[in-house]
Amino acid sequence: MFQVDVDYLKKAKKRREIAPTVITIVLAFAGVISALPIVYLFVTAFKPAEELFLYPPRFYVANPTLKNFSDLVSITANTMVPFTRYLFNTIIITALYMFALIVVGTMACYPLSKHKFPGGTALFKLVTNALLIISGAAAIPSYIIVTGLHLDNTYLVYIIPGLANCTCMFLLKQFLDQVPNTIFEAGKIDGASEWQLYTKIALPLLRNAQATCVILTFPGIWGDAGTSTTYIYDEQLRTFAFFMSTLQGGLARTGANSAASLIMTLPSIIVFVVSQSSVMDTMAHSGIK
Amino acid sequence: MGKNRKALKKAEDTVVNDAQAAGQNVLDDAADGGKKRDYTKSYFSYTMHEIWNHKMSYALIAPFFICFITFTLLPLIASAVLSFFYFDSLSWPQFIFWDNYVYLFVEDSLFLKAFSNTLYYAVIVGPVSYIASYFFAWFINQVPNKLRPIYTLAFYAPSLCSGIAMGVVWLVMFANDSQGYINSVLLNAGLITEPIQFLQDVKWIMPVIIIVALWSSLGAGFLSFVAGFTNVDKELYDAAMVDGITSRFQRLIYIDIPQTMPQLLFSAVLTITGSFTVGGLSQTLVGHPSPEDAGLTIMLHLGDYAGQRFEVGYASAIAVVLSVMVLGIGRLAFKLLQEKG
Repeated sequence: MFQVDVDYLKKAKKRREIAPTVITIVLAFAGVISALPIVYLFVTAFKPAEELFLYPPRFYVANPTLKNFSDLVSITANTMVPFTRYLFNTIIITALYMFALIVVGTMACYPLSKHKFPGGTALFKLVTNALLIISGAAAIPSYIIVTGLHLDNTYLVYIIPGLANCTCMFLLKQFLDQVPNTIFEAGKIDGASEWQLYTKIALPLLRNAQATCVILTFPGIWGDAGTSTTYIYDEQLRTFAFFMSTLQGGLARTGANSAASLIMTLPSIIVFVVSQSSVMDTMAHSGIK
Repeated sequence: MGKNRKALKKAEDTVVNDAQAAGQNVLDDAADGGKKRDYTKSYFSYTMHEIWNHKMSYALIAPFFICFITFTLLPLIASAVLSFFYFDSLSWPQFIFWDNYVYLFVEDSLFLKAFSNTLYYAVIVGPVSYIASYFFAWFINQVPNKLRPIYTLAFYAPSLCSGIAMGVVWLVMFANDSQGYINSVLLNAGLITEPIQFLQDVKWIMPVIIIVALWSSLGAGFLSFVAGFTNVDKELYDAAMVDGITSRFQRLIYIDIPQTMPQLLFSAVLTITGSFTVGGLSQTLVGHPSPEDAGLTIMLHLGDYAGQRFEVGYASAIAVVLSVMVLGIGRLAFKLLQEKG
């Protein structure tokens, strides 16, 4: 009887060796097609003028040059506010926003997933339903509320209205649902307070979900030009993305624009790679076993 | 006494119902320090007691929900109310009851066009991108840890640089003249004798939009799947192996899908909303207005009224109709998934 089982497992092991090759081929093929826009973004930024206007465009560069970047620098040299000020604003805003978003989101998802309190289920349903409601015509009410609270023309207007990110909260809560309740019960038996359960157990276990939230929200806040246009009247408080959007226009600036596009997208790519590398098997390191 | 017992019964029922509604095991919060609760007074005092016992829970969710109500919920409610008004965003709104809705369903022939285009798009892109996201994330989960970020980046690339490079890449692919990549391949192969007007021909506009959408559809849902698979307890595979589950496919059905149910729900919501709010993509590819409005979607139609004609009341009515549709489909999807899970 036991002998049969061993044979079965041996066979299974053999079969498993074919699958990875197939998967790798499928992934590599689809991945190359899918990565085209990133390739194009990088290549274009280094194209000299004669290659920029080639038709049809190429996905490689024959004579790479840094001229587009030096053009960009010379354009930015004579603006009223130095471009480093815009960059500083964007970095501060992005850092504060990402931190606050993760704190607020994880704090809210822990009780919603692991506690049973009056109204908890109803509040969570409200959030999921809000995700399904189309806010296309809510811009004017939003504007009235934000200006009514005197958030306009401050750094806060970039951060506070976007803090209640339903997508992130929903994502975090779904991940916490995956974590067995027993681990929290064990913590409680060991005498941990609710705050300790949140900081010592829930937060580390939500690391992958936090990384995903960062990736989902980073490009939005880093590239936020709209808030500057709508709510900020003081040039000193506007963002790098806003500044980049004012540079646009004119065939002569095509090269500089492609360099600007790369500069705007590069931080998102870096953040993506860094946070993706931190996504790994949480269960294996969580001490659940 | 009888009244009290009734109250107790009701309280118990509510607890059971709530727990079932949550669809999960919930921890009994020991915040009351083991004190014996007096349930027999009334349902009201029981609830108040429960609220007091969970003050920590409320404190933790407070920052989120204060922001949520102020900046998300209130504007949504205000917009829904505005759908019963004529409002040009300058003068004071005029109450016109359901005139906006009557116009929407009876007279606005463009809405019908936008509606059918959106439905056509959503029916194809929604399910296909949902399934593709799951499978590509599952494939990525099978490769070694070190290679995962590279593959994930490659597949997420279209979402990272959407708008900038995407338009250029696909406009060249589908360009109407013989220089367009697809046309030139088809011409050289002798399959067609003259270039297809991909971005002008009314027949081709929606299919082209759908193809591009599918190519760039691995977004937030895909990322949640990639991270969700890492949360699956690997010991389950060993346990299943002993029980005779050996192939990857069997593991997918019996372990991976049930274990990633939270992510499946999350992704379903995003996919449904995403596929019904298509607009920008159509504008990039075929322009707005497009030839014979073949690329018109509900969101573009809404944008026309909200941004260009300043008829915010009417735009709100469109948003309400679209929201009701998306909510209905969302709930249906939730029910289906929760039954399976």
